[in-house]
Formats: sequence, C-alpha cells, structure tokens
Amino acid sequence: MDESDGRAAVTVQRSGAPTAAAGTAPVRDAAGGIYDEVHRSPAFREVRRRYRRFVLPATAAFLGWYLAYVLAATLAPGLMARPVAGAVNVAMVAGLAQFATTFLLTWAYARHARLRRDPAAMELRWAVTLETLPAGRPERLALTAGTPERESLR
Amino acid sequence: MTGPHQTSALVLFSVFVVVTLAIATWAGRERRGSAEEFYAGGRLFSPLENGFAIAGDYMSAASFLGISGLIALYGYDGMLYSVGFLVAWLVVLFLVAELVRNCGRFTLADVLVARLRERPVRIASGVSSVTVSVLYLVAQMVGAGSLVALLLGGTGDRARGWTVVGVGALMVLYVTLGGMRATTWIQIVKAVLLMGGTITLTVLVLVRFHGDLSALLTTAADRSGHGRDFLAPGLKYGRDLTSRLDFISLGLALVLGTAGLPHILSRFYTVPTARAARRSVVWAIGLIGGFYLMTIVLGFGAAAVLGGDAVRAAGSAGNTAVPLLSLDLGGGAGSTGGTILFAVVAAVAFATILAVVAGVTLASSASVAHDLYASLSRRGARGAHGEVAVARVAAAGTGAVAIGLGLLAQHLNVAFLVGLAFAVAASANLPVLLYSLFWRRFTTRGAVWSVYGGLVPAVLLVVLSPVVSGAPGAIFPGLDFALFPLENPGLVSVPAGFLAGWLGTRLSPVPADPAAHARTEVRALTGAGAA
Repeated sequence: MDESDGRAAVTVQRSGAPTAAAGTAPVRDAAGGIYDEVHRSPAFREVRRRYRRFVLPATAAFLGWYLAYVLAATLAPGLMARPVAGAVNVAMVAGLAQFATTFLLTWAYARHARLRRDPAAMELRWAVTLETLPAGRPERLALTAGTPERESLR
Repeated sequence: MTGPHQTSALVLFSVFVVVTLAIATWAGRERRGSAEEFYAGGRLFSPLENGFAIAGDYMSAASFLGISGLIALYGYDGMLYSVGFLVAWLVVLFLVAELVRNCGRFTLADVLVARLRERPVRIASGVSSVTVSVLYLVAQMVGAGSLVALLLGGTGDRARGWTVVGVGALMVLYVTLGGMRATTWIQIVKAVLLMGGTITLTVLVLVRFHGDLSALLTTAADRSGHGRDFLAPGLKYGRDLTSRLDFISLGLALVLGTAGLPHILSRFYTVPTARAARRSVVWAIGLIGGFYLMTIVLGFGAAAVLGGDAVRAAGSAGNTAVPLLSLDLGGGAGSTGGTILFAVVAAVAFATILAVVAGVTLASSASVAHDLYASLSRRGARGAHGEVAVARVAAAGTGAVAIGLGLLAQHLNVAFLVGLAFAVAASANLPVLLYSLFWRRFTTRGAVWSVYGGLVPAVLLVVLSPVVSGAPGAIFPGLDFALFPLENPGLVSVPAGFLAGWLGTRLSPVPADPAAHARTEVRALTGAGAA
C-alpha cells in the first residue's frame, strides 16, 4: 500500500485556509465534543485499526520469540550447544537472530507508521487543532498543522 | 596498575569534566527558568540528536564494562544480557514512545492523569519513579567507585568514597545549571565518545584475529578454561533450578523494564512530535544494537586475548576485562599505545557514568517537583518558575540521597543493582502505563493499585532475597531472613503489578470515564493537543 492510500482513508475535511479558519472557528472547551467526534469518525478508527493490526501481532511475536530464547537458554542448554558450523552453535545463531529480528521489526514498524499512519494522523490532528484553538493565534496554528518538524522551520 | 596510564586517564577525564561543565553553563544561560526548558530542553531537539542522547542515557558503564566482563568470564551467559537490553527497545518503540510523547508533558504521571484522577495517581507514580531513579543512581555511583579503585590500583575505600561524592556533586551541578538542554548535550557527547571507543577496540580485536570470527570464538573457548561449554549457555545460570528461574526473572525484568525507566520516558519530551520521537528511537535502536554487538566481540576478545585466568585474577566481577584488553591491544603494559588506549577507555567509562547519572537525576527531580511536590504541597507549585526552583532543590536532594546510599552500597554488585532498578520499573511503572494507554475500562483505583501492587512486592521480595541476608555475599551476611530464593523479583512482581491493576479496576467504585478515554486515545494516536 502506498501513501495515497493512507490519505484516502481520511474523511475529516480541512475547512479553508489555516489563517482564515482560525479567525472564524468556534472556540470550544478543550475537553469538549471535538475529541468525541474524532473518536467516532471512520478516519480515526482506521488509524487505530492500522496501528493495532501491526503492533499487537508484532509485540506478541517478538515477546514470544524472546521468551522462547530465554527459556531455551536456561532450560535446554543441550539443544543450544549443538554445533552448526565451526565454532558457531545453535545458541550463537539464536542470539544473533534476536539482534537481526529486532532491527528488522524496527525498520518494518517505522516504515508502516510513516506510510500507513502518519498522513491520516496528521489530518486528524489538524482537524482537532482547528476546533480547539483559541481565536487570534494564527501563528501557532501554522506551526502545529503545517510544519511539525524542526527541519522545516529552518 | 600505577604510573602513566592513571595520569593520562585522569587528564582525559578532567578534560571531559571541563568540557561538559562548559556545555552546562552555556546551555543554562539561554532561557533560564521555564518548566518547558528545564524538563524538556525546549522540545526542539532533532531525532538524530535525541537518538544519540537516548543511546547515551541507556548505555551505562554497567553495559560497557559489566556485560563484556560477564562474557569474558562466563561466555555465552553474558551475551543473554545484551540480547535482553536490546529487545526491550521494541516494547518502547511499538507501545510507548509515540503515545507517551503525544499524551504527556514532562513525566510518566502526566500521561496517566490525562484520563485518571490527578492527585492519587501523581503521588503513586511519583513515588515509584523516584524509587527506580534512586536505585539506578546508586548502581551508577557504585560503578564509579569501583572504576576509580581499579584505576588507582585499589587504594581502598577512601578513594572510592571521594569518587562517589565527586560524581554526585558534578551531576547536581550539571542538572541545576543546565536542566534538560545541558543533560541532553552531555549524553550526545558521551554517546559519541563511547561509540568511538567501542568501535576502536572492536576493530583492534578483529584485526588481531584477521577478521576470522570463528578463530576468535575458538581461541576464547580454549583460553577461557571451559572449552566448548564457554560458547553455550549454562556456565553462570545453569547450576540448579533456582539459578535458572533467577535468570528467567532477570530476562523478564530487562525486556519490560526499559519502557518504565523515568529517564528514558522523559527523553521523548525533548523532541517536537511523536514522529520525531519514533525516529529518535529508531536511531537509538541502531546505536544500541551496534553497541551491544560490539560488547559481545569485546567480551569474547578479552577471553581470547587475555585468557580466563588473567580476567578472573584482575577482579571476580569481570569489570576490569575491557580496560585490561585495551592495554594489551594497544601494545601491552608500559607501551605508549597501551597507555593511551587504557586511558581513553577509562575516561570513556567515567564519562559514561557521569552522563547517565545526570540524566537519571534530572528525571528524578522532575518526579519530585512536578508530581510529588505539586500534589502534596498546599499551595502547589502552580507557577512554572516556582516548580523549576523546587526541581533544582530536588536535584540537589536526590544527589545527596544517592551519595549517601552510594557510600553505603559500595560493596554491592553493580549489575545486580541495575537489574533491580529494571525489575521495579517493569513492575510498578509499565503495567500502569500500558493499562492507561490501551485499556478502556482502566480506573484511578486500578492505577494506584497497579503502581503499589508492583512496587511493594518488588522491594519486599528483594529485602527477603539472598542478596540482603542469608548468603555469603549478602548485605547482612550474619542474619538470615531470606524467605524468597531468587535474587531478581521480576518473575513475581511484574505479574503482581499487572494483576493488581486489573483487580483494582474490577473493584472500582466508579467506572471509567469513556469520554476521558476517547480523548486520550485520540491524543495518543494523532498528536492532537500535544504539548
């Protein structure tokens, strides 16, 4: 799935240009309805579903794999001592495989979050920000919604 | 070990102290006083900078000297630590970093009170955060003391004592002068130094064996005195069922504790967005993973180059293996190369301890001022300036407590103390954090029970363990009230924390507020309303 797919899931609309909207947007209590509204929106449910669909199985997998490794090392040292090639045995391969899977999962998570969650989450954040912002502070709006990273401020 | 390597190590270390103090003063000059500045360094660090700072906060001297030393002594069993310390970061990356950045402001409690009742939750989480920080600090102070004893040729308790006091005074200076901005830069400098030193030694070990890892492992096994057993698990933790259970307990604490360490959590607030927090963790995982892979090479390298007997003779805990290895790799004792390399390694180890200690002190002072003082004092520290003043005093207080305990605990094993801090963090901080982020029905009572339900068993089981009494190496070897057989309480106290949180929620008189949960969930996943 590509980035455009991530954006397509969002149905919350931007309302006009940031500076114009900031002047006219109704000022709501921060704890008020907008969070509930976003929470019920299909766009938010999609972001949450994507997050959970990646994170829950991946967490179960790496915790299971790590526990299996610790249990094998402590309870089945005979199996772990079996040689594979030269001085390298099963234990050594399993230990290095733990490093490898950690790096792999880190890369996969970062990629998944960047492509499948970030764009949609950003739209939702903007939607909430527009609603909750006190009127008359357009410079903060431009900061939060448009250029959240430090690099782009320079 | 006397003569030139000591002197050059002390010179290098003094340079580090001067440079870092300059950084602290420079950082403290700008925008003094706001809470945002003191606790979070203005929140404008880049992911790369914060990634190095996280790695700097995490890679303590216990890993640099301790893990390599354990591998040099026990072979494969030491490697189990490296794996646990790294895999723990997946918990942080997947479940904690982004959500905590989005929901919190300065401390763990900020995340929790987003949907729970403020006062009891803040007090509970403040108490547990301070407990974890102090345990972690004591471990680092004890490490600093033994390092100096090693450098000065074991001149005894006076040198150790003064080191503990000196390290404590320096860390208070860093934190009060420069807050999070100074602490972060010190972590970055330290991470670069540590990675540089580790890479140099690793390359030298690999050059010694002509890049042949199999030859390295075979030589290590031969010279360790254990033969092929050295390359397989079981030398340290395979004696009996108790020691095996102890290791499983430690493994659990390591992998779940990282995500509950207050000084790690506070690092996510130094970047502007959740995305930046994620990217800093990705950087940190790269650095930490590379570092622990290299400690494995150094550990087996020390066994292969020095031989098991030499490592054991220099210190039964193995902490001296890497400094000795550097001496040999540089050309042997008395050579210029050996002297320089030894001095560099010793100075890097010092720098590591100082930086970690500063990070933990800052996190602890934030918990005291932002959570405990703000909740307990009548008037509250409502003004940000008032709270920062309290935090500065709290840093000094934390320093004093850590110095006192560090002096008392001088003869305790460093790795054990670190494992204990991880166990308490995994039992008291992680369950409440995960519940409040992911469980819709979680209530205030659940949170309070979860914190104390993890904290109290963890501390109590340690008091009743063979570490405190009833064993030759215990704090009170003369007494015997060791009712709990394991040294690490994680196996019991982590499930206890989760169970207590579940039970407290089930027995709650008031159900959870669905609106508050909806709000937290939206904030956590989108970053709306983030500080």
